[in-house]
Amino acid sequence: MIRTRGLTKDFAVGRNETVHAVRGITLDVEPGELVAVLGPNGGGKTTTLRMLTTLLAPTSGTAQVAGHDVVTHPERVRAAIGYVGQGSGAGTYQQVRDELVMQGRVHGMDRRAAGRRADELLEALDLAPQARRKVESLSGGQRRRLDVAIGLVQAPPLLFLDEPSTGLDPHNRANLWEHVLRMRADAAAAGRPMTIVLTTHYLDEADTMAERVVVVDHGQVIADDTADALKSDLAGDRVLLRAVSPGQVPALAALAERAHGTRSVSVDDAGTDVVTVRSADGARAVPELVRAADAAGLVLAGVQVVRPTLDDVFLALTGRSLRETAIDAGAPESSTESSTETTEKEVA
Amino acid sequence: MSHATTTITPPATAAPTTTAVAGPPATRFGRDTGLVLVRELRPVVRDPFSLVFGLVQPLFFLALFGPLLVGSLGGTDVLGGDVWLWFVPAILVMTTLFGTSGTGANLQIEITSGSHERMLVTPMSRSAMLVGRALKEVVPVAAQGLVVVLVMLPFGMRPNPVGVLLTLGQLAVLGVGVGAFSYALALAVRQQEWMFWAVQQTVLFPLMLLSGMLLPLETGPAWMRAVSYADPLRYVVDAARELFAGDLASATVWRGWLAAVLTAAAGLAVGVRAMRRSVG
Repeated sequence: MIRTRGLTKDFAVGRNETVHAVRGITLDVEPGELVAVLGPNGGGKTTTLRMLTTLLAPTSGTAQVAGHDVVTHPERVRAAIGYVGQGSGAGTYQQVRDELVMQGRVHGMDRRAAGRRADELLEALDLAPQARRKVESLSGGQRRRLDVAIGLVQAPPLLFLDEPSTGLDPHNRANLWEHVLRMRADAAAAGRPMTIVLTTHYLDEADTMAERVVVVDHGQVIADDTADALKSDLAGDRVLLRAVSPGQVPALAALAERAHGTRSVSVDDAGTDVVTVRSADGARAVPELVRAADAAGLVLAGVQVVRPTLDDVFLALTGRSLRETAIDAGAPESSTESSTETTEKEVA
Repeated sequence: MSHATTTITPPATAAPTTTAVAGPPATRFGRDTGLVLVRELRPVVRDPFSLVFGLVQPLFFLALFGPLLVGSLGGTDVLGGDVWLWFVPAILVMTTLFGTSGTGANLQIEITSGSHERMLVTPMSRSAMLVGRALKEVVPVAAQGLVVVLVMLPFGMRPNPVGVLLTLGQLAVLGVGVGAFSYALALAVRQQEWMFWAVQQTVLFPLMLLSGMLLPLETGPAWMRAVSYADPLRYVVDAARELFAGDLASATVWRGWLAAVLTAAAGLAVGVRAMRRSVG
């Protein structure tokens, strides 16, 4: 469904400076996949998406999207894909249903077919009562659902979602995803699997929604796998062993070093009674650690297994926390990325 | 919620969609221009009151500048016999100019909000995105012009009716051109939005004053008269005055048509180019 080879994008900033926003991304997405592109703001994920959706011409490299080359046949790519951008796709002063009909007409449907499809989508995305409302009067959640409806008008085999839930509260995020996933399931049931590619800087969104996570940083793919595989391969579980007294900590740490699957052992500071063990499989390591501690005459006051998050993955990969670069910076950051990317002049 | 019960049947038209889209470019262009035109007109038709705001400025000129004109030049023959037949046609051109030169702001809103971007990721013809928008200007120009004329009838203005219609036609053509330039400007400065109004105002006022719209150029210095020949509006203003007076096919009127058509052609050419280049 998507096939890129060495996709690159440079922007000229000022006179002599060039920003290498995307540095050679090679990616294959099969039909029906749900892929999240995760990374810090400014990491290149939106630029990549803009190249795949024909909004930006690549500096070098190739990309085939839905079977067509983005450079030589952009109009075919555009006809085949659905796109939900970071902004609001529907015209502020337009009525909800009109925008859906318009989108259908643009995709070649006649008036009647476009009208029918608009009504289906209004129903499916719980927007029927808003059909005659002006877009500017919609709530944030309704507006986003309308954007998704617009993206789905021609029942595209491939849907791009660029930070779909940024700015939505948790309830509306969940609601949006419920709709997106149901539309995908319906398409699959109708024998027309829908591929979804989304960018996000919400770790939990990538974690729970995507079947595959592509981590992009500094314009490159630094990891690409299922969330679970990334977590166990790159971060591993954390097993926290609490000793009955700080005095037993060194012995406990030494014992944990030797345990099966242990990657690293750390003791936070001198006075603590907790030993932190990074392990490939925490659930398996615990019984062994407990038995070993018993045999060595050490008494454990408690054991806790902490499953890693995608943030731990990012930390393991880059030494930086994604949470710090993205979430703490908050909502304004998300718009910063798009605006910096659009204000930078393209390198001809 | 109706989630569980709703099933989505894929649209029967979805499969042939791509083939329809790949039709001949000319068909695609015509169709898309129509779609854009209708989409742009919808908010105007649904909320015609919005057109009234475009009339505020010209009506102030009529009410507060017109009497000054009558007072200072009314007795002389600089303005011909009837001051209103001299001034009202010019006010129509002003209305056209003010309205259509600012229309790029509408595109700017769509660029900022993301709805322009959404259109760019469809197979819609890029040229149609511009031409459809520019053609829409015909409607506010004609509607506003008609209102100004109707407002002036009770004050004793008696223009040639055919001349009024021909003037509105000429202004519609001019409006398409100025509107297209305005959209081109919005696209050109899309990364520094404030530039739009700065440039618009900088260009607007010289064009307006050099057209002889408010005061006769005959009383101005020679250099000003010389420069005014480069202002396409000058020809349209002169033509409108003759049309209102009942001279329907004079050389001046034809020059007006030529200026309007050339403005429209140049505007559309520049605008289409800007639209095509607006994506990387």
